Amino acid sequence: MSSLSTALEPQVTARGAGARPSLFRLTGVELRKMVDTRAGSWLLAAIVLLTIATVVARPFIDGSDSSLRGSFVDASQVAQTFLPIVGILLVTSEWSQRTALITFALVPQRARVLTAKLNAGVVLAAAAWVVILAITAVGTAFAGGDEHGATWSLPGWLIGQSALYLAVLMLGGIGLGAALQSPAPAIVLYFLLPLGFAALGAIPALDGLARWLDGTQTLEPLVNERMGAADWAHAGTTLAVWMALPVLVGLWRITHSEVN
Amino acid sequence: MIESQNLTKRFGGRTVVDDVSFLVEPGTVTGFLGANGAGKTTTLRMLAGLSEPDGGQAIVLGGRYRDLPNPGRRVGVLLDASAQHAGRRGREALAVSAQLMGVDQERVDILLDLVGLDRSAARKRVRNYSLGMRQRLGIAHALLGDPGALILDEPANGLDPPGMRWMRELLRDFADRGGTVLLSSHLLNEVELLADRLVIIDLGRIVAAGSHAELLAGSGTLVRAEDDQALRRALEAGGLPVRAASEGGFVVDAEPGRVGRAALAAGVAVSQLGPAGSAGLEQLFFDLTAGAGNGGGPNPVEANS
Repeated sequence: MSSLSTALEPQVTARGAGARPSLFRLTGVELRKMVDTRAGSWLLAAIVLLTIATVVARPFIDGSDSSLRGSFVDASQVAQTFLPIVGILLVTSEWSQRTALITFALVPQRARVLTAKLNAGVVLAAAAWVVILAITAVGTAFAGGDEHGATWSLPGWLIGQSALYLAVLMLGGIGLGAALQSPAPAIVLYFLLPLGFAALGAIPALDGLARWLDGTQTLEPLVNERMGAADWAHAGTTLAVWMALPVLVGLWRITHSEVN
Repeated sequence: MIESQNLTKRFGGRTVVDDVSFLVEPGTVTGFLGANGAGKTTTLRMLAGLSEPDGGQAIVLGGRYRDLPNPGRRVGVLLDASAQHAGRRGREALAVSAQLMGVDQERVDILLDLVGLDRSAARKRVRNYSLGMRQRLGIAHALLGDPGALILDEPANGLDPPGMRWMRELLRDFADRGGTVLLSSHLLNEVELLADRLVIIDLGRIVAAGSHAELLAGSGTLVRAEDDQALRRALEAGGLPVRAASEGGFVVDAEPGRVGRAALAAGVAVSQLGPAGSAGLEQLFFDLTAGAGNGGGPNPVEANS
């Protein structure tokens, strides 16, 4: 019973408990929260399985090459589509599952929680990027190559830009979740926005606007070509509007709202 | 030490907490009593830094809650046992917070033992928990950081009678070791056996506060007679205010001596005469909180009698 009674010993004087949790520790906690729920673990498992399925199915699709680069770009689309939902859920579940009551009681500096979530999103995106590369490398090895030596080449710009693409999509998901604080609207909007832009882009007068703000146009070059100055300007504008703005709106709402 | 200094909170022009002041001293348990909607939860949320007061100050361990560097290690907070991720396993819910607070992971298992959640319960996802299990998990969570003070909102809600008794003993023990406990309830009998002090709130205002004995002293005299109607006439003739007690007889706002003399003067044989005690406290609580007529549900006393 000694362990039970010491478990109850009230800490009348704070012994060694004064230290504020570091941002590193908070980031680790948020990473854990992305994978330790049923929704989170199933979503991540589904992303891995679909990525593998894409790599396996590719050789049977007409016109696809057997290069690592082609396989990597194709297989990345699974995570690019679904990984941001993990980010959306990481933020919105605090409200839909009401864990914000616990989170913000333990970390009253709410901006630090959002910062930790954004950090965790980048770490998860980086981890996903490594996993995708590993899966496609294994797939490429099994497929065997042609004799031209291009099979295993991966251009430097693609390595950097594809990792950046996944990271900004993830941050966009977290930002959207923080701004809306509710999973269903955030997920619906996340899938509808590109469709809406495709529709708007069909209107000639709005085409110019879409070239700056439509992520499907401005961000896709990140994985298709080495970006030029104009491309970066377009992508940067899109990210300012669809990533930075929601993060700021979310930050304002989180720090100014009552937690229920 | 937990101190509410003139705390005031308004939502959309309605004052839900109005100039609420009380003090919870180390080594004591304070019961924060009131009907649903009386302002208990809002007050506790302000104390835990989750809600910004419109007036007054919430002082926890000498300062503002949000200025505590690692608050979970100083103050255990349970505001809503249902506020846990339904898709997370019980043990994991504690383990995540232990990681956050920098508490050893082995303490998670010690606390699961302490609150009576066995291995199989700890492996279940929270969505499969009963309200009683959620309360146990919530109490384990509040104690996880080895705090010196506890702020618990309706912790007995959903516990069965043995569970309630277990919690009483746990919190009594915690306070006896020097801990500070503030817990709320809408049911008097949940807290009157446990609390050293009671603070009663109604419509956002403190209507009574004091120790059990202090409140009882003001709760009047319980008197019974074989002929209740004759007794009533006798007491009214003596100019004494009479209220029917819930289990027969009357609660009178006067000392037993005056009540006895009034009965004697009218020649009524009294079968019981003495301090109203618990019956009086229940009556007092009901009277004090009768103003909260929102929702139309059963009143808090009858709901549990």
